[in-house]
Amino acid sequence: MKNLKQSILISLWFIFLTFPLMVIRVNTVEQEVEWRWMNMAFIGVGTFVCSYIWRYLMARKEKGGNEEESKISWHQTLTTEKKYAIPAAALILVIAFIFPHIVTEYRINTMISALIYVVLGLGLNIVVGLAGLLDLGYVAFYAVGAYSYALLNHHFGLSFWACLPLGALLGAFFGILLGIPVLRLRGDYLAIVTLGFGEIIRLILENWNEFSFGPSGIANISNPTFFGQEISRSGGILFIYYLMIALVIFTIFVVNRLQNSRLGRSWVALREDEIACQAMGIDRMKTKLAAFALGATWAGMVGVIFAAKTSFINPASFTFLESAIILSIVVLGGMGSILGVILAAFVLILLPEELRAFSEYRMLIFGASMVLMMVFRPQGIIANVRRSYEYHGLDRAEEAK
Amino acid sequence: MEYFFELFLGGLTRGSIYALIALGYTMVYGIIELINFAHGEIYMIGAFTALIVASLLTMAGMDGMAVLALSMVVAIIYAGAYGFTIEKIAYKPLRQAPRLSPLISAIGMSIFLQNYVLLAQTSDFLPFPSLIPEFSFMEPYEHVFSSSELVIVVVTAVSMLVLTYLIKFTKMGKAMRASAQDRTMAMLAGINVNRIISTTFIIGSTLAAVGGVLIASHIGQINFYIGFIAGIKAFTAAVLGGIGSIPGAVLGSLVLGWTESFATGYVSSDYEDVFAFTLLVLILIFRPAGILGKTKTQKV
Repeated sequence: MKNLKQSILISLWFIFLTFPLMVIRVNTVEQEVEWRWMNMAFIGVGTFVCSYIWRYLMARKEKGGNEEESKISWHQTLTTEKKYAIPAAALILVIAFIFPHIVTEYRINTMISALIYVVLGLGLNIVVGLAGLLDLGYVAFYAVGAYSYALLNHHFGLSFWACLPLGALLGAFFGILLGIPVLRLRGDYLAIVTLGFGEIIRLILENWNEFSFGPSGIANISNPTFFGQEISRSGGILFIYYLMIALVIFTIFVVNRLQNSRLGRSWVALREDEIACQAMGIDRMKTKLAAFALGATWAGMVGVIFAAKTSFINPASFTFLESAIILSIVVLGGMGSILGVILAAFVLILLPEELRAFSEYRMLIFGASMVLMMVFRPQGIIANVRRSYEYHGLDRAEEAK
Repeated sequence: MEYFFELFLGGLTRGSIYALIALGYTMVYGIIELINFAHGEIYMIGAFTALIVASLLTMAGMDGMAVLALSMVVAIIYAGAYGFTIEKIAYKPLRQAPRLSPLISAIGMSIFLQNYVLLAQTSDFLPFPSLIPEFSFMEPYEHVFSSSELVIVVVTAVSMLVLTYLIKFTKMGKAMRASAQDRTMAMLAGINVNRIISTTFIIGSTLAAVGGVLIASHIGQINFYIGFIAGIKAFTAAVLGGIGSIPGAVLGSLVLGWTESFATGYVSSDYEDVFAFTLLVLILIFRPAGILGKTKTQKV
């Protein structure tokens, strides 16, 4: 009874709250008012149901606490036990290989963008997930990669293969350039400065016409070649698809190795407690810079591929919105978790393509799910499994008796 | 010299605009150490609500000060309600969480609110009626300093004084300062910290709404995206002045306003935002605590 009353109150509160924006729409030019009373009913019923779900989830969260962590989950078995991991990986590879031959060109294209976001997500995962540095200007490095290929190709005719490592290097260079001044800052200042940096890069690209051709962008970027051979347009898409598959595998490999390296562990440690880290002799600046540079490297590399894929780029592709999408991939997937980030990238990029009717609600749902994820499941869809060692000494001692 | 004076006044208005938003940022940051990314969105929602109310009233045949007063009051009520609700949903459950969590939740909230207004209203720029009346005594100066600019500057100055009084000399202000210093200790002393935090959000949101209505009426158009850039600029200003400090927020806003005004006037108008962000980066590198901020030593 108490819950019911509370839910009704909540529902009434939200009806009040959303009334002017959801119900009334004024046309100031023609002096007309549109009253949308239906929306009011939707909001009322919707928030009523939501308040029950919210209460249920809250109760579960408070009760659940530590129970979940002790259980070994399916994805953990899948990724760590060789018996399952190898067939699963083989199956995915086979599917990935056959995929472009059984679907339309349009599908391949959306798949390529999903793969691009997988790599971007994994790259940002190094910075946000592992090192715990909130970077809101990640898209700037993506832009650096894309523009470095477009400009070098336009002015000097450099090929795709020459630009791929150059893009990665330039990405890393800009990562360090930004990192040196800002990494001394505390977490939330860092967020705002990286956001500002992303905007600066975009504004420069938009306004410096002599350098970047301004808002009209750069067209006719040449396609990649295959050992010096020109590839036809449809072959080019297929080629980029396989290239992305290879890059994703390479990224997974590197990030996985990094995670368990000395550097990766110091990132995680730094994320948890900076002071303890310094006491243990970890160079704070160097470690953070490495995270920034390594994260930016991937963005630079993928930027080159993006430019090659679309053969046209302009600053409009590199707005804050992109950074927000990449960040939500990392957050929803589970910070630090490779499998989670990959899944989240597929879900967030492919699902709106399939559900066209919902595509205008995409950002609304992104935003809401970022909030809900933080409140109810901060570890993401798939939590990162932290390496831990259990103490079995006592059991053995007892057995020996 | 005339040109210089013009730019100076332009910067003053600009700075006052930032200050109205920055005050809300600084208050929230001061008490829970969180960048409330959704603050810019509240400013935008305030402006939208005022536009809707003002249009309805104008169609009903009202005009003049009554429209301004009524739409301002409604906008303030709604902005306060939104601020209160946002805190309850997105920040309160995360009080004990690691620092990154509320920050991400705040960004999510900001994206959500932008798209909520986009879907519920429109993505186009809407014309905003100029609600602020033209004062006859301002007529001789109209070409350099309009009546709406005068109103904005005065309102900002009054808001800063009222806020300072509120925080320095009232019981509630004392409770706010206590909660900011040490939440647990404040609770032990019998302060209802949750209520204090809610009050802070409501006051901050109210100021944002006042800013939203005045600025929209001054500029003459709004859309769902205005809150984002204004929010970032205002935050920059708050950091410049030393976040958490109320005179600091106003000073930082004025510095930012003048920088932008002079830089666009004397250098180039294409890079307006670049100057703002560059200033922010420079300040954070050389004086991380801001102009009026106190450097805190970290205790272990």
